[in-house]
Amino acid sequence: MSIDDEVPITTNSKLGGDNSVGLVTPQYFTFAEAPNEMALDSGARIGPITMAYETYGTLNAARSNAVLVFHALSGDAHVAGYHTPEDRKPGWWDLLIGPGKALDTDYLFVICANVLGGCKGSTGPSSENPRTGKPYGMQFPVITIGDMVQAQRFLIDHLGIDRLLSVIGGSMGGMQALEWVIRYPERTASVLAIATTGRQSAQGIAFDEVGRQAIMADPNWAGGNYYGQASPTAGLAIARMIAHITYLSDAQMQAKFGRRLQSRESLGYDFTAEFQVESYLKYQGDAFVRRFDANSYLYITKAIDYFDLEASKGSLIEAFSGIQSEFMVVSFTSDWLYPPYQGKALVRALQANGIPTTYLEVPSTYGHDAFLLPNERYAAAIHDFIMNIYQRVTKGEN
Amino acid sequence: MPTALRHRARRRPDYAMIASFIAPGSRVLDLGCGDGQLLVELSQQKGCQVRGIEINARFVAEAIHNGIPVYNGDMLEGMGHYRDHSFDVVVLSQTLQQTLDPQAVLREMLRIGERAIVSFPNFGLFKTRLQLLFSGRMPRHEFLPYTWYETPNVHLCTVKDFYDLCSDMDLEVTREVFLSPSGKRLPHRLANLFAGLAIFELQS
Repeated sequence: MSIDDEVPITTNSKLGGDNSVGLVTPQYFTFAEAPNEMALDSGARIGPITMAYETYGTLNAARSNAVLVFHALSGDAHVAGYHTPEDRKPGWWDLLIGPGKALDTDYLFVICANVLGGCKGSTGPSSENPRTGKPYGMQFPVITIGDMVQAQRFLIDHLGIDRLLSVIGGSMGGMQALEWVIRYPERTASVLAIATTGRQSAQGIAFDEVGRQAIMADPNWAGGNYYGQASPTAGLAIARMIAHITYLSDAQMQAKFGRRLQSRESLGYDFTAEFQVESYLKYQGDAFVRRFDANSYLYITKAIDYFDLEASKGSLIEAFSGIQSEFMVVSFTSDWLYPPYQGKALVRALQANGIPTTYLEVPSTYGHDAFLLPNERYAAAIHDFIMNIYQRVTKGEN
Repeated sequence: MPTALRHRARRRPDYAMIASFIAPGSRVLDLGCGDGQLLVELSQQKGCQVRGIEINARFVAEAIHNGIPVYNGDMLEGMGHYRDHSFDVVVLSQTLQQTLDPQAVLREMLRIGERAIVSFPNFGLFKTRLQLLFSGRMPRHEFLPYTWYETPNVHLCTVKDFYDLCSDMDLEVTREVFLSPSGKRLPHRLANLFAGLAIFELQS
């Protein structure tokens, strides 16, 4: 999830600077053409699939320095750098990715792809259904986190990388990182799972469902067939506002907004957005509908809600059995969407399997969003963990 | 931050002795591992498979930097994650006296580990006794560096007290070493009065 106004806006002066990856160009890879459509967890098949992705840094000769970053619910492949010199903001995790940064592109080859089901260049419900020549809409099959990961594996195959140095993600990105190592245990040396869980909680499903209902209750949604006409912006904006509350914290909202009024001195006794927090959420909702497809929101939140490593393998301990990769799990103290106890449940299952696991609990008042925000200790831990893996993996190569 | 003192020491005086108790290739868990110094040594010099638990986030960061898999949290909670007999050795260096429930800690150590190595400052040290006797104030010296109002030590004991606990809990002492304040090894009969640090290896 991008946090629109919270990422410090980096000015263009940084574009050619020492710590930016600079200008990047989105790339595309299409696979699963008929009759070799990709089989989904639901049993349905889908193809062709296009994956939009970006890469930063250089793949080394041994192809051993690749790091796959997975984005969260509303993210995209544009994780660092700028698309044009006019861009006001860099990619969503520019803070951590670049020369000399936590994921140091002087050493690492960083890859990020838009998820299957997304609306930022990869195949999703707004893409053309080859059977009808029209956008899929609700004809798009229900997908899972596992399906997203499978699609990314095709991309990694295409890039000629047998074994990643690390798979990394926060929130839904963390779910994908966990799913990756369970599906393809030989194909990553390490896993960095941040502000995430092994199973979506009832509370998480509840918030997602309210968001979906808001979208589907919007008359403009029209059963998902709104392409080429007015889209369900009111519903999607409400879905975003609800979700955004879950990314913050009581303490942070109090600090940031309190009961301050937006553009008046006293209460107006009406129903305009009077409080700053109302105005902020409205802005978040309005900004979101300009960049996100409502049907993608339905499908991606559904995939999140289906995510349950315990159910798919019997237990979380069983889910991680036989895995050789090294793990770091990071939780943030004030994250109430994926609270520390959920990170600890992962750690418990990993340690029960004897898997080398580091657990870091970062003190923060920023709630779930903390994983996208500047924090020296957090950034240093990511850097040190990855560079230790890098040194071990590349030792003896030349 | 009082606990910082403990970790800031370049090398804890008991580390060499603890390391000498540990066989090459052992699976080792260090409780309150700080920056992971002991584990780095055991991993590099003895090929041990090492894990740490550390509650202080700053030290966790240093342990991560040193490449040690470390659990950031309470030691009882952290040990609870492991299955029975996960380790050959579980180490608790100069921290037992800071735990709220030393018996629970020892029981957990010997549930997840075949052996436990525990070191602690000996409150029976003559210097401690004399300070209290003659100054009438809480003792402070290199093994007890804190003021009474800052100390993290809530369960101090003497060497004799510790033997009593082991006996009460039916723990077998398989090795013990006593170090004088200058770091010399002391015979058993002098330990309760002259040992600054006591190091025990236990089995259940």
